[in-house]
Amino acid sequence: MGLKPSDFRVPQVYADWCPGCGDFGIMNGLQMAFAELGLEPHQIVMVSGIGCSGKEPHNVKAYGVHTLHGRTLPFAMGIKVANPRLEVLAIGGDGDGLGIGAGHFVNAGRKNLDMTYIIHNNGVYGLTKGQASPTLRLGIQTKALPKPNINEAVNSIGLAIISGFTFAARSYAYDVRHLKETIKKAIQHKGLAFIDCLQPCPTYNNITTKDWYSGEDRKDPTTGKPQSRLYKLEETGFDPNVRDWSEDFQKKIAAMDKAREWGDAIPIGVFYKNELEPTFQERISKRIPFYVDRPPAKQKLGDENGFSKVDLTKFMKGLKTS
Amino acid sequence: MAGGAQGSGVDTAANIFGKACGYGGLYVFGRREYHSNIKGLHSYFHLRISPKEILANVNDVDLLAAFDAETAVRHINEVVSEGGIIIGSRQMNTKVLDIPTLPPELKAEHVRFMKEKTVGETLNDWLNYAKQKNVHVFHVPYMKLLSQIGEKLGIQKISKITRMINVLTIGVSFALFKYDRNLAEKAVRDTFSEKPRIADMNVTALNHAYDYAEENFKNDFKRRLEKTAVNEERLFLTGNQAVAMGKVLGGCRVQTYYPITPAADESEYLEANQILKTGGEDEAIIVIQTEDEIAAVNSASGAALAGARAATSTSGPGFSLMAEGLSWAGNSEVPLVITYYQRGAPATGLPTRNGQADLRFAMHAGHGEFPRIILASGDIQECFYDSAKVFNLAEKYQMPVIHLLDKAMANCSQTYPIFDYGKFKIERGELLTEKDLEGKEYQRFRFTETGVSPRVVLGTKNGIHWYAGDEHNEIGHISEEPRNRRLMVEKRMKKLELVEKEVPFEDKLKFYGDTDSENIVVSWGSPKGAIIESLEKLKQEGFSIGFIQVRLVHPLPTEEVKKTLEGKKRIIDVEDNFSGQLGGIIKEQTGIAPNYHVLKYTGRPMTTTEVYEALKAILTEKASEREVLMFGA
Ligand SMILES: Cc1ncc(C[n+]2csc(CCOP(=O)(O)OP(=O)(O)O)c2C)c(N)n1
Ligand code: SF4
Ligand SMILES: [Mg+2]
Repeated sequence: MGLKPSDFRVPQVYADWCPGCGDFGIMNGLQMAFAELGLEPHQIVMVSGIGCSGKEPHNVKAYGVHTLHGRTLPFAMGIKVANPRLEVLAIGGDGDGLGIGAGHFVNAGRKNLDMTYIIHNNGVYGLTKGQASPTLRLGIQTKALPKPNINEAVNSIGLAIISGFTFAARSYAYDVRHLKETIKKAIQHKGLAFIDCLQPCPTYNNITTKDWYSGEDRKDPTTGKPQSRLYKLEETGFDPNVRDWSEDFQKKIAAMDKAREWGDAIPIGVFYKNELEPTFQERISKRIPFYVDRPPAKQKLGDENGFSKVDLTKFMKGLKTS
Repeated sequence: MAGGAQGSGVDTAANIFGKACGYGGLYVFGRREYHSNIKGLHSYFHLRISPKEILANVNDVDLLAAFDAETAVRHINEVVSEGGIIIGSRQMNTKVLDIPTLPPELKAEHVRFMKEKTVGETLNDWLNYAKQKNVHVFHVPYMKLLSQIGEKLGIQKISKITRMINVLTIGVSFALFKYDRNLAEKAVRDTFSEKPRIADMNVTALNHAYDYAEENFKNDFKRRLEKTAVNEERLFLTGNQAVAMGKVLGGCRVQTYYPITPAADESEYLEANQILKTGGEDEAIIVIQTEDEIAAVNSASGAALAGARAATSTSGPGFSLMAEGLSWAGNSEVPLVITYYQRGAPATGLPTRNGQADLRFAMHAGHGEFPRIILASGDIQECFYDSAKVFNLAEKYQMPVIHLLDKAMANCSQTYPIFDYGKFKIERGELLTEKDLEGKEYQRFRFTETGVSPRVVLGTKNGIHWYAGDEHNEIGHISEEPRNRRLMVEKRMKKLELVEKEVPFEDKLKFYGDTDSENIVVSWGSPKGAIIESLEKLKQEGFSIGFIQVRLVHPLPTEEVKKTLEGKKRIIDVEDNFSGQLGGIIKEQTGIAPNYHVLKYTGRPMTTTEVYEALKAILTEKASEREVLMFGA
């Protein structure tokens, strides 16, 4: 049918992010990815947490579930398990997913649900006015911090990989084409996909700004052009794909090694991808062969007169006294 | 009663015993008590058996099968005159105060007891004391019996079969009761039906012990258990099992949980039986063990939004973690079911014991004001039907429903006529499909007369909408406008009026005894059985007294409660907590306050004996306004 990105807009909602916020770029990336994948709004459920990032679903025409701070993944999991045919995207802040929700992040990896999780990595707690988020590095003092950050940052890509996410990528909110492609790959990935999306927050993060990422401070002396701090893994010949279990460990190590890079050369693109690991859906289907045909959300429950169809004979057999 | 160290087969023995009685047409009520411990600490199972229906436990023990010295010591005063104690023949010189698992505060009581009754310090002295009170003591040489059984079975190492001591006590017990040994054998076979070899071994042991007791204990013991003919099918089941079956009946297809006593058994039972038979195609329930209760409640909400009937099961500590999620579900009008088994609290409290101290917490947990329903079951049969009904309530009124239970019900085992569940109807409330929506603008939170907005599940074509934990407008987007806010708050809250109007009377209140009497008991939850039995006894003695069981504890059917309590001389609030929480709520909402309280907070459920005594004391003006019950080890 061919929907356009603009068909995923929500005209009646004013997107209330600060001017220049990276969240706009992520919104555009999502709308473009959905259109290019030929998805229809009702097939998609966007689940978000609390934060500036949590508002993404309201600005995209698709089912939107804006949940609680840190609980993005549990809600998304419940939705996906109940109806595995839905295209579920979990979307949240770095504080949401790696601070208050870190336990869910780690445990989500153990299930490998076939869905996508995008973290808005802005280094701060945007909506509560700029406190340090778990991705802010030690010693950095962003605008609103009274003192330099006393905690070291968590390595989100590394954490995703060792937690069992089967796809880990990074993209950049202002490289919308790259972001769109990365979101498409994540959605198409069979298994739990993580995208660490670098997202400038012009209001509170005056360190990792748009200009910093694009290298305005380090222009090429000969051409005078800024030298971006971001480089694309796919352009370096890096191969993240696990094609056989025998290479899984090496691929993980290589990805973790890349994930350590920061500063003047920051990799974006896919770090790790493994479709050999069974998804949660496949694991359930082993026990319940009809799971995808008749998932919990699609079961009939009542007969034509509304009487519960369940036959409890099997349950009662072991309990009878005669 | 059977008791012993945890891990020594007390539960299995009691289950076999109960089953065997059930096979003989007898009614059984079993109360299970255990420590928060895996091996070593004292546990016991008290089974009450009768040809007539029984609803609760009593204080008396006719026959105590003590697997160890501690059991004899702890329960010695519960055994009635002419009753019996079955115990091994060794360890007789054990000094009671040397039993390592007895806690110091209990030892202090024992010291007092020994002084007062001039009882010596060994187990033998204690048993002699029991004998003086006309209790029979049956010493069973377990090791000798085991080596004889080992010979029969061709097993040299006795250590390999010491596990069967529990079955030996069953054999001895049934021999003493002169009960049909074939029924005991059947129960053993049924219990080990998946391991025929083990079943054979246990049957050999059972019969060997039965023969031994018949021969050696002749006619010392006068109590009898006789099978009776019944013409109905019955079940022997626990509250956890009843809840699980009720949920499946009610259409629950996603259950989330994080392990906690006494809720986890239910989820495990569901997972073990997850493929569901129906008249047509099989269905299934997905059971997910989450990383914590926060994930449990929120993923259940997610599943409910996607259109599955979803629930989570927990007890106090877990429910504490669910508070924020509950608030979200209330705000977003999610048909979420929380099965809440109360246990001894606060904090970790008495994790494996009973309590009813979370009523107010269940009512008020979660920030802000939002509607919820709390339905409290009072017996296993209600556990079953209510577990199905709560899903109808949740979906019809689009709000979280807390099914409030307690450990006493979860872990008790009871015989019931087989559930007649064929009449249960699934009522999904106003639920729109793709077709209903064609060509229409859908608003998830549309303002309506009743406050209930027709629901659409995630993924439905033509039904795009949003949820926000923030206050929202009719379509689900964030809105902080005062007028919209007022309307939304009122829309949500007025659904409670509909609940009060539509919920059938028997789901709100149940009346027992003489409710026109000037004496009335109010209670909720598991004390129900003991209260009803006490009322019957009191009636036989010529007292007039009634009982209202509150089932819909929130929203409280204020008018109905008021009508029944008005003008009563004695209103007696019976609850397993310190402060009489239901009594307090009734006072707040009706202006009528109970003038007597019968309360218990030892973590052990109320027995008929003690409830009867307390009520009688109140009726005869011999009681204080606050009677605190204490029975149970
Ligand atoms: C349980 C709870 N604690 C605290 C808050 C307050 N709060 C709102 S947004 C937020 C931080 C958001 O930061 P992040 O997740 O990084 O999202 P961002 O705004 O940066 O996109 C916090 C702490 C809350 N909503 N809920
Ligand atoms: S505070 Fe930062 S993250 Fe939030 S909207 Fe403004 S720029 Fe964006
Ligand atoms: Mg952030």
